[in-house]
Amino acid sequence: MTDMAEGVRRNLPPLTLHVPEPKFRPGDAVDYADFDRGAAGAVSRPAIDASPDVMRDHAYSLVRVLDDDGKAVGPWDPRLEPERLVAMLRHMALTRAYDDRLYRAQRQGKTSFYMKCTGEEATSIAAAYALDRDDMCFPSYRQQGILLARGWSLVDMMCQVYSNRGDRLKGRQMPIMYSAREAGFFSISGNLATQYPQAVGFAMASAAKGDTRIAAAWCGEGSTAEGDFHSACTFASVYRAPVILNVINNQWAISSFSGFAGAENTTFAARAIGYGMAGLRVDGNDALAVYAATEWAAERARANAGPTLIEFFTYRAEGHSTSDDPTKYRSAEENVKWPLGDPIARLKEHVIAIGAWDEERHAAMDKAVIDEVRTAQKEAEAMGILADGLLQHPFATMFEDVFEEMPWHLKEQSQQMHDERKKAGI
Amino acid sequence: MNMIQAINSALDVMMARDPDIVVMGEDVGFFGGVFKATEHLQARYGKTRVFDTPITELGIIGVSVGMCAYGLRPVPEIQFADYIYPALDQLVSEAARLRYRSAGEFTAPMTIRSPFGGGIFGGQTHSQSPEAMFTHVAGLKTVIPSNPYDAKGLLIAAIEDNDPVVFFEPKRIYNGPFDGHYDRPVTPWAKHPAAVVPEDYYRIPLGKAAVVREGEAVTILCYGTMVHVAVGVVAEMGVDAEIIDLRTLVPLDIAAIEASVRKTGRVVVVHEATKTSGFGAELAALIQERCFYTLEAPIERVTGWDTPYPHSLEWAYFPGPVRLTQALEKILEA
Repeated sequence: MTDMAEGVRRNLPPLTLHVPEPKFRPGDAVDYADFDRGAAGAVSRPAIDASPDVMRDHAYSLVRVLDDDGKAVGPWDPRLEPERLVAMLRHMALTRAYDDRLYRAQRQGKTSFYMKCTGEEATSIAAAYALDRDDMCFPSYRQQGILLARGWSLVDMMCQVYSNRGDRLKGRQMPIMYSAREAGFFSISGNLATQYPQAVGFAMASAAKGDTRIAAAWCGEGSTAEGDFHSACTFASVYRAPVILNVINNQWAISSFSGFAGAENTTFAARAIGYGMAGLRVDGNDALAVYAATEWAAERARANAGPTLIEFFTYRAEGHSTSDDPTKYRSAEENVKWPLGDPIARLKEHVIAIGAWDEERHAAMDKAVIDEVRTAQKEAEAMGILADGLLQHPFATMFEDVFEEMPWHLKEQSQQMHDERKKAGI
Repeated sequence: MNMIQAINSALDVMMARDPDIVVMGEDVGFFGGVFKATEHLQARYGKTRVFDTPITELGIIGVSVGMCAYGLRPVPEIQFADYIYPALDQLVSEAARLRYRSAGEFTAPMTIRSPFGGGIFGGQTHSQSPEAMFTHVAGLKTVIPSNPYDAKGLLIAAIEDNDPVVFFEPKRIYNGPFDGHYDRPVTPWAKHPAAVVPEDYYRIPLGKAAVVREGEAVTILCYGTMVHVAVGVVAEMGVDAEIIDLRTLVPLDIAAIEASVRKTGRVVVVHEATKTSGFGAELAALIQERCFYTLEAPIERVTGWDTPYPHSLEWAYFPGPVRLTQALEKILEA
């Protein structure tokens, strides 16, 4: 290789390989002065059947509804009733309380693993509010808010995290890989972005059957680099599938910043343009903007006007998971100075500004959701925690559900396991 | 019927019976498939049930998983088994695990059809036999027919099965049984009894092998094209071999295998796929575990060599009559 570099075309400057580097590393002072949020209310709201051709600017701007005074402004204001806004706020607070509690449970050794969605609560809860209950969601592992917004049982979710006797998934899945068909919440997989083409397939099936249900998928910006993202976008566009493809751009994929998914050169919403899809780029910490964008995309899908790709611009306020320490790769100031703020604080400010809420009620609500979580936790832990080990589920259940009916080789292996353990006295 | 017609008939019968069945894949719609397996289906059942897809195997299988979540029963086609690899993540991590990881909340009742196997000068990427990659995956069933009658009955059973089934169609025998004598004219299916295929619904249960020829001297375990190679060699040699067409690799008909090996004491395993970690290794291990004391000779494996499938050297690669004859001579003398 050295010979080749020296041997040919020496009059040209040497090529250089660009390896992206985030602006701020641990210890760096953070300055977002050059970050252009755009003004709330400034982005137009196209007709729901608008051609993707006329929506190119939407991929590069930021749909925002809540201004710095907590007022809802502009054409994207979904004009929700105050009760609905407060309910949404409560679900966001509940999600944060749930996360805090289970994060601590992991630290206490009650389970093996946990992932918070702190700072991203609006992207799942406001979206779930804008969808119909029977629309099928294909989430990644950071959309627990959908389950909460759909009123799913906290105890049921915790039992999954603890892999205990109450875990409907029988201790087979790592914590947070929920599955709740009744809540329109598709089984979570550890393999990134696989849910993307699956959501498109669900939407295609619904369309092929003449149904009115739609599908929505979520993935992180890091996962957009997977081939599944490309296949899903292609299928969605080709068949005009009634699907909403959400990209939660929280700036970080574990330790690698969004530049490693292509963010230095374009936006994730702009990917839509190449596929001929409607694309929206939305303030992900603005619950009203999230609601309005999802509602727009859902109406578009229901009107047979095709799929929408939505980039929700947000910030992963905490570590990737309980196995991650973000102080090793990014500045702690990023979260504090994040120019789009905190989704709960912003919605709270709004409901106070419209006279539907106050600090007292908010404090009472915070206490109430913590109590709700604590009560659920007691109930869940009464059914065991992971540390209770192998006593949770009958061993033979390990061999069930591999197939609809257990074939001979699994029956034999189940028996073998039973015999081995018996002989070993365990 | 030849094998293509039998497969087409199975799809036709099932689409008429069950409105939730959809057929999709590259070129399967208007054109009817590059091997014509889906001919006339789009005209008969409409474009929302039989349609062409973009060229993305992971997309085809991923979308199929989502269709299953809705409640459909997709029958996606992968044009050549050699091109199934981009879909491995969706097959292995998703379709195969869905029932297990959701404790039965979601299932993937899909049948992935794909032409496979060599003997057609297909070179490296139109000849492979990747069945061992799928038999290794918990949650997948793997089926390989060897004649038109079985192809239709097994495909119907696969489509009705509530687990994901990988259905490999040996394309060398689409038009006629091939005994490995590449220098002789090909016999069309018309002269073979298994070409008599009912027009209507019938099924052959998955997990059941077929005894193609009863015998006492040696057991030959095979599937797909190699069934016909075995039949030809046994007739030429005049050996009293028992030939078992496995038909389903997972779940395997272990009872049929054990019964035969207990009778003969000698086993030759034949497959086109490469040898190392091929399905033959699993068969040999199972027989060793379960029939060790009845074995009178080491188990022989006649397989493709551990190389990519070559183009011009195809007949040196393909495990044909010469190699099977020598393996049988060796095991019968042992």
